[in-house]
Amino acid sequence: MSTVPNDLRYSKEHEWVRADGDVATIGITHFAQEQLGDVVFVELPEKGSTVRQFSSLGVVESVKAASDLYAPISGEVIERNVKVIEKPELVNSEPYGNGWMIKVRLADKGELNQLLSPTDYRSHIGETAGAGGD
Amino acid sequence: MATEAPTLRRTPLYDKHVALGAKIVPFAGYEMPIQYEGIVAEHRAVRSAAGLFDLSHMGEFGFRGRGAGAFVDRLVSSDIAGLAVGQARYGLLTNDRGTIVDDVIVYRTAEAEYLMVVNAANIAKDRAHVLAHLTKDVVFDDRSLDTALVAIQGPRAAGILATTTQDHSDSLPSFGVMPARIAAVKATVARTGYTGEDGFEVFIASNDAERVWDALLAAGSEPGIKPIGLGARDTLRLEARFSLYGNDIDETTDPIEAGLGWTCKLDKDFTGRDAIAAKKAAGPERKLVGLVVEGGVARHGHEVVKGGEVVGRVTSGTYGPTVEKNIALAYVPTALSKVGAVLAVRIRGKDVPATVVKTPFYRRPE
Repeated sequence: MSTVPNDLRYSKEHEWVRADGDVATIGITHFAQEQLGDVVFVELPEKGSTVRQFSSLGVVESVKAASDLYAPISGEVIERNVKVIEKPELVNSEPYGNGWMIKVRLADKGELNQLLSPTDYRSHIGETAGAGGD
Repeated sequence: MATEAPTLRRTPLYDKHVALGAKIVPFAGYEMPIQYEGIVAEHRAVRSAAGLFDLSHMGEFGFRGRGAGAFVDRLVSSDIAGLAVGQARYGLLTNDRGTIVDDVIVYRTAEAEYLMVVNAANIAKDRAHVLAHLTKDVVFDDRSLDTALVAIQGPRAAGILATTTQDHSDSLPSFGVMPARIAAVKATVARTGYTGEDGFEVFIASNDAERVWDALLAAGSEPGIKPIGLGARDTLRLEARFSLYGNDIDETTDPIEAGLGWTCKLDKDFTGRDAIAAKKAAGPERKLVGLVVEGGVARHGHEVVKGGEVVGRVTSGTYGPTVEKNIALAYVPTALSKVGAVLAVRIRGKDVPATVVKTPFYRRPE
């Protein structure tokens, strides 16, 4: 499995988006789960609520610490991943698969253009690692 | 050179941690491994097989001479005078106000020789505390920088240790201590630890640390020993409800409210004795209790709430990988400290239900 799949768009805060028509699936990247360590708790917005691009959508807690999740895209939450709430370790084992967080109905497809391409995200995490901070 | 941030120290095992892929963080003035493979995997290895810890950052104080036993007995809350050679005991350094300066283990290593292990962050403070009380018939030396400490903990620890020694230190009783050779290196071995499992702590000269570390890792490879970072050390100790100095206990807390009254031998004279006896007689206003939190991970500093009102504070909190619950320690008013009391922890502005439970959260199977 690629650690940065080519068919996704990325935020600088390490969320990914898989757009399919006007529905987008959102999760966190392999890099993010690796930085977090063992994920033990996930807090996600209710179905029917709306999320705004680059604002907080929920929280992921690892054994070590809590980290905010940011919405890479705006829209109405049409589904949240009940499996990941019950088994937060899916975020570690399948960040791009069963570890997804929410599905939203896209408010503005144009927002996708404000996200990073896989190439840009790869260099983004290269830079992040190079700067020595996390 | 211009002044920079204080330089962090490295233990003699630093290169080993890097080679093992550890994530290194600053801790108590040292660059320490927080995790290697991952906190949960390391935690489980200690509960099911064995784990190896580098604790060389911790402080080691030596006391010897005619007056050593009586001196340490006056300094420490527990019954040090009652230790036979080859025995160790947990206890507290307390001040005249009866609050906690540090928690320590004292080992009687010879007739008139005692070893005290203190928390890394407290070495300088404890040294000053000792020196302020020191009497002429005691020779005190702080060996912290010359001493390495490696702990091997877990149900397979004794079997692994046995293959590296001919001194039978693997059959020490709990809290026993003896001189031994581990991997042909001169060591002091004790059956003590901070994980809630059976295990040993091995004191060696810093120069010998790599040799002992490598020997124990190699001897443990078949049973599945893993190197364990500070992350899992914290989850292990919290499940076993061992206090962490700086989180659960400090100079604003006293042994009675911290649930450490059992470490205080009040029918002897020690620094802080009178204040602690008074607190015990009056009864504590608050108590350190165990909480199970439903729907979020409580962390150090979170508020404890009852009926919308802040009544206390979380001192330690994590997900417990063995108990598979979000567990915490918190100071709460004595009236709300009974097992079964339903409180809440304020996590990111939300009051999340928390129930007072019996501790330890985890007790190892007999």
